Amino acid sequence: MTSARTDGFIYAGLIAFGLVGPWLFPGYTNQIAVMWLMVLMASTWDIMGGQTGYNSLGNIAFFGIGMYASAVAQIALFYDVGEYTAAFGAIKVDFTDAQYFTGLALGLGLAGIVASIVSVLVGLCVFGLRGPYFAIGTLGVAVAMAELISGWEYVGGGGGISMPVFPGPAGASSLAFYAMFFVLAIVAHLFLRWLYSTQFGLALNAIRDDEDKAEAMGLHTLRYKLIGWAIAAFFMGMAGAVFGNMIGFIEPLEVAFPTTTFGIFMVAMALLGGKGTLWGPVLGAILFHVVKELTWTYLLDWQWVALGAIIVINIVYFQQGILGWAQDRWPSAFGLKVDEGGDGTTPAGAQEAAE
Amino acid sequence: MLDNLQILIAAPAVAVDLLIQGMFIGAIFALVAYGLALVWGVMNVKNLCQGDYVIVGGYIAYEVARSGINPILALPVAFVLMFMFGWVVYVAVIRRVVDRDMFTSLLATFGLALLIAQVLNLIFGPEVRTAEAGFGTFFMADGLIAIQWVRLISLGLAGALAFGIVLFMRHSRMGRAIRATAQDPRAARVLGVNTDQVYAFTYALNAAICGAAGVLVSLIWVIQPYFGIVYSIRAFVIVTAAGLGNLPGVILAGFGLGIAENMSAFLLGAEFAVAAVVSMLLIVLIYRQIQLYRVRQVVR
Repeated sequence: MTSARTDGFIYAGLIAFGLVGPWLFPGYTNQIAVMWLMVLMASTWDIMGGQTGYNSLGNIAFFGIGMYASAVAQIALFYDVGEYTAAFGAIKVDFTDAQYFTGLALGLGLAGIVASIVSVLVGLCVFGLRGPYFAIGTLGVAVAMAELISGWEYVGGGGGISMPVFPGPAGASSLAFYAMFFVLAIVAHLFLRWLYSTQFGLALNAIRDDEDKAEAMGLHTLRYKLIGWAIAAFFMGMAGAVFGNMIGFIEPLEVAFPTTTFGIFMVAMALLGGKGTLWGPVLGAILFHVVKELTWTYLLDWQWVALGAIIVINIVYFQQGILGWAQDRWPSAFGLKVDEGGDGTTPAGAQEAAE
Repeated sequence: MLDNLQILIAAPAVAVDLLIQGMFIGAIFALVAYGLALVWGVMNVKNLCQGDYVIVGGYIAYEVARSGINPILALPVAFVLMFMFGWVVYVAVIRRVVDRDMFTSLLATFGLALLIAQVLNLIFGPEVRTAEAGFGTFFMADGLIAIQWVRLISLGLAGALAFGIVLFMRHSRMGRAIRATAQDPRAARVLGVNTDQVYAFTYALNAAICGAAGVLVSLIWVIQPYFGIVYSIRAFVIVTAAGLGNLPGVILAGFGLGIAENMSAFLLGAEFAVAAVVSMLLIVLIYRQIQLYRVRQVVR
C-alpha cells in the first residue's frame, strides 16, 4: 500500500473534485455521478473478484434487484403496484414531498437489504462452483433475473416502471442524486479500506490463494464468501436504487440488468486498474469512464465497438492492470518486500505475488 | 400454465408436434455445442462468443437470400467465410489467452461477443431477421402436426455436417493431430505436431461449424444481433450436461435441450423460454459440481 501521506493527498483530491465537480462542470453532473457509480461497481466487484478470487460476471443482478426493490417499495407505500405498472405510466401519482422522501429513504435501505438477502440465497447455490464455472454460473444468474423480471407482470414486465418524480427543479434532482452516488462511493471505499485491513480481509485473501488449504486451516470458507458477496450486493443494491431514481424510468433488460454493459464494464474496470488492490478499481473506473465519455463524444455510433475493443485489448494484453504493473515495476513504493535470496527476486516472482 | 398442460393431455398430437419441432431446433444446438466441446476439449478455452458466430452465420444467409439466391446455398459460403474469420480471431486474440488461466479466455471471448454483437447492430440494425428459403409445409394428424420442409432439410444438413466432421476427425491427418493435441499437447509437440497450427485450425473449424449452424437458424428461426449470448448459454448447458469428448452425449443433450425449451415455452409462456434455458444451465452446473465434489472426495 502507498504511504499514509500520499493516501491523504489522493483522498483530499478526490473529495475536493467530488465537491467542486458539479459546480465546475454543471453540464456534466450526471456523467460525474455515473463515474462515482462506476467506482462503486468496480470496488465492490473487487471484493469477490480481486480479493477472494471468485470472478463473478453476475454482480449486476444485485444492481437490478436493488433498483426494483426500491421502485416497488416507493410505489407500494402509497399506491397499488399492480395497478400502477399496468397503466404503463398513464397514471401520474403526485407524491407529496414528505411521501417522496420517506419512500426514497425506505427504498434505498430496502434495496440494499433485499439485494443482500438474494445474494446469500444465490450464493448458497453457486459458491460450490469454482473458477470459470462460477463466472458462467453467475452470468446465468444475471441473465435469468432479467428474464424473470421481464416476465413478471406485477412489476411491469418488459414494459418497465416509471419512477416517482423528484420534487423540485431539474437541477436540484441531479445534484441530489449526484450527492447520493458520491457519498455511497466514498463510504464504500472507506468501508472496504477498513475491511481489507481486518482479519476478514486476510481470510478472503487466503481463500483466493488456496481455498482447500484455507478450509483445512479451519476457515469457514463458505461463510466468508457469503458475507463478502452480501457486502458487495448491499452496495450494488443501493446503487441500483439511486440509479433507478436518477434515470426516472426502469426496465429490466437495458436499465436494471445491463449484463453486457455495466455488468462487463465493472470487471473490465477492476482489471484495468489492477484487481486485488484497494485503489486499482478506483483508478480503473475513473480512467474507463473518461475514455467511455470521450469515445461517446468523438466516435458516435462506433462507441460500443470501441469499448468492446478496449475491453478485449485490456484483458488480453494488459491483464495485471495499471497498479499491478506499477507494483511490478517499483515494488518498494508499495511496501512490498522482494525476497532477497532465491527465486523471489525476479520480476516474474513479484508478479505472481501481486496476482 | 395449467390450461396448456390440459391441452397436452387432451391432444397428444400437440405434444408430438412440440417434440418434433424441438428436435429440429435441438439438432442445431447440438452442432453449436459440438463446436464448443471441440475448442474446450482441445484448447481449454471457454468460448463465450460461440453464439455470436452463429448470428454472424445467420446474417451471411440473410445477405445471400437478399441477393436472390436460395439461402441454403449460403451454407458452404458461411462455412468458408467463418473459417477464415475464426482463424483471424485466433491469431489476433485467442493465441494469447490459450496458456493463461481460464477466466482470461472467458472474459476475452465475452468481450469479443460484445464487439461482434455491436458491429452487427451497426451494420444490420436491431430488427429481427429471417432468411426465407421458400419451401412448403406438410401436415400430419389432421393438421395438428405441421412440418415445414425447410426444417426437415435443415435437420438433414445438420446431420450431414456432423457426420462429415466426425469422419474428418477420425480419418484425416489434421483430425488425428487435433485429437492428439487434446490428449497431451506437450507430447504432441514433442512428436512433431505444430500445436499452434492445430489450435488455429480447431478454433477456425469451430467458427465454421457455428457459422453453418447460424445459416440453419436463420432458415427456420429468427436472428437478431443480440441473440448470440443465449446460444452461447445453450451450448454451455449442453456441453456441461454431456461432458467433454462425448459426442453421442452432446447430440442427445442437444435434442433434449431443444425439446425441453420448446415444451417449457409452451407450458410457461414464450416470455419465460430464455429464463428456462438459463435455469437449466444453473441446475446442470450445480449438479455437475455436486458430482465432481463426490469424486474429489474419493480420489484425493
